[in-house]
Amino acid sequence: MTPAYLSYWLTIFLMVAGLYILIARGNLLKKLIGLAVFQTSVYLLYIAPGKLIGGTAPIVAEGFTRYSNPLPHVLILTAIVVGVATLALGLAITVRIREAYGTVEEDEILERDRADAE
Amino acid sequence: MLEHLLALQVVLPLMAAPLIVLVRNRHFAWLATTAVSYACLVMAIALASRVFESGPLSYALGNWPPPWGIEYRLDALSAFVLVLVSLTASFVAPYAQRSIADEVAPERQYLMYAMYCLCLAGLLGMTVTGDAFNLFVFLEIASLSTYVLIALGRRRKALVAAYQYMLLGTVGATFYVIGVGLLYLMTGTLNLADMAKRLQEVDELRPVLAALAFITVGIGLKLALFPLHQWLPNAYAYAPSMATAFIAATATKVSVYVLLRFYFSVFDPVPVFARLPTGEVLIGLSVAAMVTASLVAVFEQDVKRLFAYSSVAQIGYITLGIGLENQAALTGSITHLLNHGVTKGAIFVLLGGVVLRAAAPGLTVGDLSGLARRMPLTAFGLVIAGLSLIGVPGTAGFVSKWYLILGAIDRGLWWVVAVILAASLIAVAYVWRVVEIAYLRPPPAGASRSEAPLGMLSAALAMAALCVYFGFDTSFSVGGAADAAALLLGRSP
Repeated sequence: MTPAYLSYWLTIFLMVAGLYILIARGNLLKKLIGLAVFQTSVYLLYIAPGKLIGGTAPIVAEGFTRYSNPLPHVLILTAIVVGVATLALGLAITVRIREAYGTVEEDEILERDRADAE
Repeated sequence: MLEHLLALQVVLPLMAAPLIVLVRNRHFAWLATTAVSYACLVMAIALASRVFESGPLSYALGNWPPPWGIEYRLDALSAFVLVLVSLTASFVAPYAQRSIADEVAPERQYLMYAMYCLCLAGLLGMTVTGDAFNLFVFLEIASLSTYVLIALGRRRKALVAAYQYMLLGTVGATFYVIGVGLLYLMTGTLNLADMAKRLQEVDELRPVLAALAFITVGIGLKLALFPLHQWLPNAYAYAPSMATAFIAATATKVSVYVLLRFYFSVFDPVPVFARLPTGEVLIGLSVAAMVTASLVAVFEQDVKRLFAYSSVAQIGYITLGIGLENQAALTGSITHLLNHGVTKGAIFVLLGGVVLRAAAPGLTVGDLSGLARRMPLTAFGLVIAGLSLIGVPGTAGFVSKWYLILGAIDRGLWWVVAVILAASLIAVAYVWRVVEIAYLRPPPAGASRSEAPLGMLSAALAMAALCVYFGFDTSFSVGGAADAAALLLGRSP
């Protein structure tokens, strides 16, 4: 027996944890990890309600009457692609920042920008 | 036949991007980009004139009828935004060649054009789609290519600006998709028109309210609604000139369109929406944006950042009209999408020419000294666009602000009228700073007269001319916007 709304609580936990990492960490890579966790929580938000306990894939056949909703899966497949693309771009920009500044720590980058301005 | 243009509008730039990457030649890339931009403009005008004549167009993608399949839908509002985006694209694309050749390494130039085509496809897609999730995908296409365009800037700060925009932009898009997810849970549909219908029958309103909050914050991030505008100044300042001109004129405007679409087409029929203080909150934030961002612009040293802060303030005017929520104010808002797009586009295109001649990546206000003697036409264009930014009668900016003031008077909000006038006065201050230095300071010793290249200059002056044109002939700008506003408020035009 699972508690009511368990999947929603898990989703919210992942969502908030991801956002917290994104805001609280100064390391550009760790921020990206937070972003990935945050985006992943949305996958759960879509997928979990689409699943009926005991439901099958929506193929009409004898003996099956309960079907899971396939649409969220399709949507999230797209969202995963978007998430991967975002993460790849984020990592690529981080590599370029590391080449240009020699660091991936936010405070050190700001320090070097200030030194440039003076 | 005509309805297929609706899909072609998006497919064309989307196909151009991989083609450009395969050919890997910067001259071909430029030709293809220009051709695509012009083709999109022609299609947009053809579609828009049909919509304004005989009502909305609908296109079932893959012949799956809505609400099951993805519907592309063009009504007065989306037709208006479609014209704005493709109009800007067709001004920026021919101008891009010299600017990009100067600012981006030769082996990366074709990639920049490919990104520009993807960005165009994304923005056009956001405008025509009638499907909430499809909109998210186009939003991400437009955003991801924008991050790359910004990161291609010459200074290393461009990378940090792109990174920060990427974090905030992705959070915004994810908030949007959370909101759409909640709406999907409650209605079981993703088609916007169908969603609006089914929302009225939903009993449990708490998830709907959460969805409203998530979508407002998410899209607010993308359109740089104060105080969610932190990403914008750096992104505009460090991006290559051509990217700044295109993004400043279109990206935030399309996000405003999405907000309008959700507020008025999806949420508005829901009874609870009428009791929420959404309008009041928007008015408060808009007023804050107009005043504070304009004040920051007055004291900003970097010219591109100065006009970027001015953009935040101008977006305040647009959202103000959404908050006022009546026919005149909405007309003003929607007209301002076009007018500010043209004005800011002209300014950043002109600044691109100055950057090219200055042969330095950064441009401080002091660098403009004597611009009127070195580049007289460019300086003249800046004055015209600056006047439009302030809202002087006879320019485009005046027309939209006039309608906003009418809207505020309709609501009896006299203090809002005062704030609109005050913010315009502050705009006088920052525009005057630029004009004073350009016209009254002597040019640096040894500087010779060298106007921007003809291709860039003609595009820039054509946009500046549009700022004046839309100040006199308002049949398309205000006419189209009034139709769109009437549509949003549920009256037939």
